[in-house]
Amino acid sequence: MTTLIEAPPSDADGLLPTKKKKSGGGLGQYILIRFLLIFPTIFILVTMVFFLMRITGDPITAAMGGRLPPDQLQQRIHDAGYDRPLPVQYFEYLGQLVTGNFGTTLSDNRQVTEMLATYGAATLELTVNALIVALLVGIPFGMIAAHRRDHAPDAVLRVFAILCYATPVFFAGLLLKLTFAVWLGWLPVAGRAKTSSELALTGLQAPSGIYWLDALRSGNMAALGDVMAHAVLPAVALGLLTAGIFLRLVRTNLIGTLGRDYIEAGRSRGVSEFRLVTKHAYKPALIPIITVMGLQIAVMLGGAVLTEKTFEWKGLGFQLANYLTARDFVAVQGIVVLLAVIVAITNFIVDIVAALIDPRVRY
Amino acid sequence: MSTNPPVAATMHHKAPLLKRLPVISHFNKSVGLQRGMLVVGLVLTGTFLLTAIFAPLLAPYGYAQLSDADGSFPTQQPPGGKHLLGTTVGGYDVLSRVIWGSQTAILVIVVAVVLSIFAGVILGLVSGYLGGWLDRVLVVVADAIYAFPSLLVAIVMAIVISGGESSLFGGVLAAAISITVVFIPQYFRVIRAETIRLKAEPFVESAKVVGASSVRIMGRHIYRNATRTLPLIFTLNASEAILTLAGLGFLGFGIEPSSAAEWGFDLNKALADTTSGIWWTGVFPGLAIVWTVLGLTLVGESINDLNDPRLRGRKRAGNKGGPDSTAAAQAAISADVRSS
Repeated sequence: MTTLIEAPPSDADGLLPTKKKKSGGGLGQYILIRFLLIFPTIFILVTMVFFLMRITGDPITAAMGGRLPPDQLQQRIHDAGYDRPLPVQYFEYLGQLVTGNFGTTLSDNRQVTEMLATYGAATLELTVNALIVALLVGIPFGMIAAHRRDHAPDAVLRVFAILCYATPVFFAGLLLKLTFAVWLGWLPVAGRAKTSSELALTGLQAPSGIYWLDALRSGNMAALGDVMAHAVLPAVALGLLTAGIFLRLVRTNLIGTLGRDYIEAGRSRGVSEFRLVTKHAYKPALIPIITVMGLQIAVMLGGAVLTEKTFEWKGLGFQLANYLTARDFVAVQGIVVLLAVIVAITNFIVDIVAALIDPRVRY
Repeated sequence: MSTNPPVAATMHHKAPLLKRLPVISHFNKSVGLQRGMLVVGLVLTGTFLLTAIFAPLLAPYGYAQLSDADGSFPTQQPPGGKHLLGTTVGGYDVLSRVIWGSQTAILVIVVAVVLSIFAGVILGLVSGYLGGWLDRVLVVVADAIYAFPSLLVAIVMAIVISGGESSLFGGVLAAAISITVVFIPQYFRVIRAETIRLKAEPFVESAKVVGASSVRIMGRHIYRNATRTLPLIFTLNASEAILTLAGLGFLGFGIEPSSAAEWGFDLNKALADTTSGIWWTGVFPGLAIVWTVLGLTLVGESINDLNDPRLRGRKRAGNKGGPDSTAAAQAAISADVRSS
C-alpha cells in the first residue's frame, strides 16, 4: 500500500529541475509525449501476455483436454491455427488487435469486444460508485485525522485505514452481505437489480447499460430505488478498500499544508480552525489524490473482479471469473488485454488532469 | 552512581548485540502510540507464526480429514461441541482448516518474497550499474507490469505455471511465483534507484581504480549499501502476498482442499453458504486473513516510521512540551509529506 502511495514523483517543493516553458507549448508537448507512451506500454503487456499464455500450450487443450478424443482435439487445434509457429500466430494476433478484434471465446463462442459492450457498463458503474464511496469516506475522515493529529480520533482513524487495507474485498463483501442482506434483510443479497426492473431497463431504447442512468432517463422510480439498493453493498465493499488509502493520503498532505506559513498567517488573523481546514488547506492537499487515483484505478479494477464475483454483479470481472473456472484462456487473455488498454488510457487521462491542475507536473 | 560511567561508555561504542537486533532496537526506540502499534503487530504476527509452526499439534483434525473414529463428520454443523468452529458443506472441520491454512500462507510468503528479492535485486543492480539499452528495456517492462492490476498479473502467471491445476507443491509454487512477478518491479525500482545514486560515490570510483571487476563492485560494494531498505519492503510485501494468494484462491486458483488448506479457497466455497445464513464457514478463514495482514502491516509501518528519525515519536523530557515539540512535529510533518 505504501509503495503505491510513494509511487507518483512528488515534487511538492519544486526540487526537481523543471524546464520553464511557455505554458501552452509545454502542456501540448507533455500531452503528446504522454499519449505516445501509451502504445509501448500496451504493446509490452500484450506481447508478454501472449507469449506467457502460449508457453504452456494451446488454449484448446487447456479447455477441452480430456473431454475430446485426441484426434478430434488435434483437428480442432489445427482448425484454429494453434499448430503454426508462434511468431506467425503472434503477428496475426497483433494484426487482429489493431483492427479491434480481441478474439473469440472458446466456451460460448462470443466476441470479446462484444462482451465489453455488454458488461463494460456494469463494471464502470461499480467502479464509479466505489470511487464515490472512497472519496466520501476518505476525504472527510482524513481531514478529521489531520485536524486532531495524535489524538484519539486520529488513532482510531489510522487503525480504521489499516483495517480497510487488511480486509480482502471479498471478505468485506461477505461480511456486509451477511449483516445487511441476510440477517437484517435491509438490502438485496446479490445481483444488479430485480428481474422485473432488469427487464424494464434493458428493454429501453438505446440503454446505456448503467442502470441508474437508464432508470432516471425513463423516469422509472421503482426501478431506480431497486437499482440503488442493489448498488450499495458492492460499492461499499470495493470503496472501503481505497478509502483507507485516500484517508492516509489526505491526512499526511493536510498535515503538511497546515504547517505552512500562509495557514499560520490565517490563524493569526483569527480565521477559525474549521475554516482553515475546509477552506484554505484542503485544496493543495487534494492534488496528490488525483495522481494516486490514477494508480488506484488499476487496484480498483483488480478489486472489481473479486467484488463482482462476491455479489454476482454481472460485469467484466464476473465474466473473467467465470471464464477462469471454465478454463477458457482465449477469453481470459482477451479480457486481460482489454483491461490493460483501459488502465493505460485511464492513467493517461489522470496524468493530463493532474497536469492541468498543477503546472509543476509538466516537465 | 559509580556504575554509570562504564555503562555510558559501552553504550557509546556499541550496544550489546541483543539490543541491536532489528525488531528489538525498534521497540526500544518507540514511544506511545507507535509502540502500541508495533506491539499489537508483533503479537498478531507472532501468533500467526506460532500457529503455522505448531499447526500439527494445534489442529484437532487434518485439513482434509472427513471422519474420525466416531464416523463421518456432519456437514454444515454450527460451531460448538466436537467442532469448535463448525464444519463446512463438504464436511471439513473449519478450525482445523483455519489453522493449517497458516502453514500454506507462510510457505507462499517465504517462497514469493525470497524469489522476488533475489530476482529484483539482481536485475536492479545490473540495470542500474550497467545502464544502456538493457536498463531502458527493463525499466519500461517493469513500469508496464507495475501499472497493471496485480491480481491480473498473478492470474496470468497462475495459468502459465499450473494451467489452473493445483496440487500441493504445484499450487504453492504457482501462487508464489505469480506473486513474485508482481513484486519484482517494486524491488527492481528501489534497488536500481539506489544503485544509480551509489554509482557516483567515491568508493565505487576507487574500487574501479584498484581494478575490481563490475561483478565484484556490484556484488560487494553496491549491494551492501543498496539493500538497507529491504526488510521494510519485505514486511509490507508479505502482507500483500497473503492478499494476492487469497484473491487467487477466491477465484478458484487455490490449492485443492485435499492437498492443503487455503483461506481464500475456503472463502470461495463459503460464499454460497452466506445466503442461507451459514456464517462460520466464511467468517473464520476471513478473520485469519485480516489477522495476519493486519499484524504484518502494523509491524512494517512501525518499522518504517521508526527507521526515519524525523517520523519517530520522541520521548518527552519532563513536562517540556512547548516550542521544542512543535519543532519536532514540523520536521516529522515535512518528512511525512515527502515520503508520500
